[in-house]
Amino acid sequence: MSGANTPKKMTVSDKVMIEMTGVNKWFDDFHVLKDIGLKVNEGERIVIAGPSGSGKSTLIRCINRLEPHDEGRIVIDGIELTEDLKRIDEVRREVGMVFQQFNLFPHMTVLENCTLAPIWVRKMPENEARDLAMNFLERVRIPEQAMKYPGQLSGGQQQRVAIARALCMNPKIMLFDEPTSALDPEMIKEVLDVMVELAQEGMTMLCVTHEMGFAREVANRVVFMDAGEIIEEAPPEEFFNSPKNARTKEFLAQILAH
Amino acid sequence: MAMEDVTGRPRPPMRSRISPVDWARRNLFSSVGNTALTLFCLWLLWLAVPPFLDFTIFSAVWTGATREVCLGPDKGACWPLVWANLGQFIYGRYPEDEIWRVNVVFALGFAAIVPALIPSAPAKRFNLIFLLVIYPLIALVLLAGDRPGLRPVPTSEWGGLLVTLVVALTGIVVSLPLGIVLALGRRSSMPAIRTVCIVFIEFWRGVPLITVLFMASVMLPLFLPEGMSPDNLLRCLVGVALFSSAYMAEVVRGGLQAIPAGQYEAARATGLTYWQAMGLVVLPQALRHVIPGIVNTFIGLFKDTTLVLIVGIFDLLGQVRAQLSDPSWTVPQGALTAYIFAALVYWVFCFGMSQYSNFMERRLNTSRER
Ligand SMILES: Nc1ncnc2c1ncn2[C@@H]1O[C@H](COP(=O)(O)OP(=O)(O)O)[C@@H](O)[C@H]1O
Ligand SMILES: [Mg+2]
Repeated sequence: MSGANTPKKMTVSDKVMIEMTGVNKWFDDFHVLKDIGLKVNEGERIVIAGPSGSGKSTLIRCINRLEPHDEGRIVIDGIELTEDLKRIDEVRREVGMVFQQFNLFPHMTVLENCTLAPIWVRKMPENEARDLAMNFLERVRIPEQAMKYPGQLSGGQQQRVAIARALCMNPKIMLFDEPTSALDPEMIKEVLDVMVELAQEGMTMLCVTHEMGFAREVANRVVFMDAGEIIEEAPPEEFFNSPKNARTKEFLAQILAH
Repeated sequence: MAMEDVTGRPRPPMRSRISPVDWARRNLFSSVGNTALTLFCLWLLWLAVPPFLDFTIFSAVWTGATREVCLGPDKGACWPLVWANLGQFIYGRYPEDEIWRVNVVFALGFAAIVPALIPSAPAKRFNLIFLLVIYPLIALVLLAGDRPGLRPVPTSEWGGLLVTLVVALTGIVVSLPLGIVLALGRRSSMPAIRTVCIVFIEFWRGVPLITVLFMASVMLPLFLPEGMSPDNLLRCLVGVALFSSAYMAEVVRGGLQAIPAGQYEAARATGLTYWQAMGLVVLPQALRHVIPGIVNTFIGLFKDTTLVLIVGIFDLLGQVRAQLSDPSWTVPQGALTAYIFAALVYWVFCFGMSQYSNFMERRLNTSRER
């Protein structure tokens, strides 16, 4: 039964969306991912935390194969990621990604940023794509900026556009790589609010972040990484209140000291 | 009503005008050194400009039917020489009766290029397809005439501005796409493709154009079986196109390097293919960064076309030189007149390109800021 302080019980199905088993990766002779095993069900929200350089970005970039893994299996919604370009494209259509640096396309308007992939990848007619994009821009609360160029927006607005751009492909999974780390403090909330809403709608989410408030509010599990390994994996309550591993404790002490 | 630019923001107010005297005091005579430099430059201008204007305009002979009008003391440029030989300068030895074909090609080209260069002109896509695909074919058929009903004109009879434009435009039209492909190949993650592109680029960048033309024109026929070797002009066209592609590739590569990897990754992450990500996201930004470099390469190419002279092809400059040995127009100032004319023609084309590139840069800067 859901308690008073977890009012929005978000549903998790038992369908596996992401399955990583025995994943290893090297950058030359630097072992960046060590025997990673991670299983994410449909509707689950996972927060990945860990010190800088621990391989968090590399891990989630393996999920849409922006980085190829060297060993092990990664299966996304039943599609195994291999060299096969067709399958990679198939996975990328289902997986949206939001970057720390927004990576909006500066030579296109906000609207064009959002309609680009629906038009070229989904072959959607232009006016249909425009309606779809306006719909998502409304949901991230910036429909009035649609005709502006990214350079004319604040960081928080740009990141919300980036989220809308990813949502326009109607993804089954959303990946976030430190979406608020490049933002001024007063803009962090507007982005987190959008992400919380997304979580409440049941989106499967993998989020690298150090926003522990966000982790407490929406995460089913927090995954702690250090030096390329998953050290600890637990529901947020347990993770914050009774961490088992010494490195987790040390990390939490540092994070919460701020 | 407030003036607004394309981005919808009000324009900054017009700069208040300052008097020419104030301007000169501020910019030309602000210090002793500055004043000395200004005076020195004025002195140089005084040495160069009046004699030049005198020769080309005030003392110049403008009309006349024979060389005699240009003879005599204190006569400047002999423009009648240019008028009399204008046909040769433009068409070379192209047969008189067939010159209409060249004129049709010029007129069609002009009619297709002008709207293509005007950003707001309609039907851009059709215009560009016509210019880059259909027009070259029409031009080839009309100029060479290897179709029933048209008298064939071998390229050895082409010359003058016609050849200059054919070589320059072929080089320009081929070098940009080929240069882009080479630049992408040089950054490819596939070692075989990367190696091929690096070897290709560095080979062509390492050889002087004169050597390339000489090899194409003189050496190639020696290696090919008799009768197999293609047309001399065609061989030079290929040489010039490959040569300038290598330069273009390096210019484009510079632009690609200025685009953060995140742009490509974000494009791929939304499901775009490699070519879509490059064509829609990376290249439009990269090329915009290097417009000056691209146009610079075009201008260099345009002037380098004069080198075809050494393999017996008479471009504008070659035709001008050839004309100087015509006894019916030998006058003392003939060479100078003809060369000034040739320089003026080259200058008009190159200056036009440079101005157009400035215009595009300004336009792109005001409409899309980062
Ligand atoms: N393309 C790359 N080539 C070589 N080393 C890399 C590359 N990308 C990341 N690394 C290294 O891998 C380690 C993990 O990086 P990353 O996944 O970005 O860590 P995190 O996101 O946890 O800060 C870092 O030490 C980083 O220097
Ligand atoms: Mg990172």
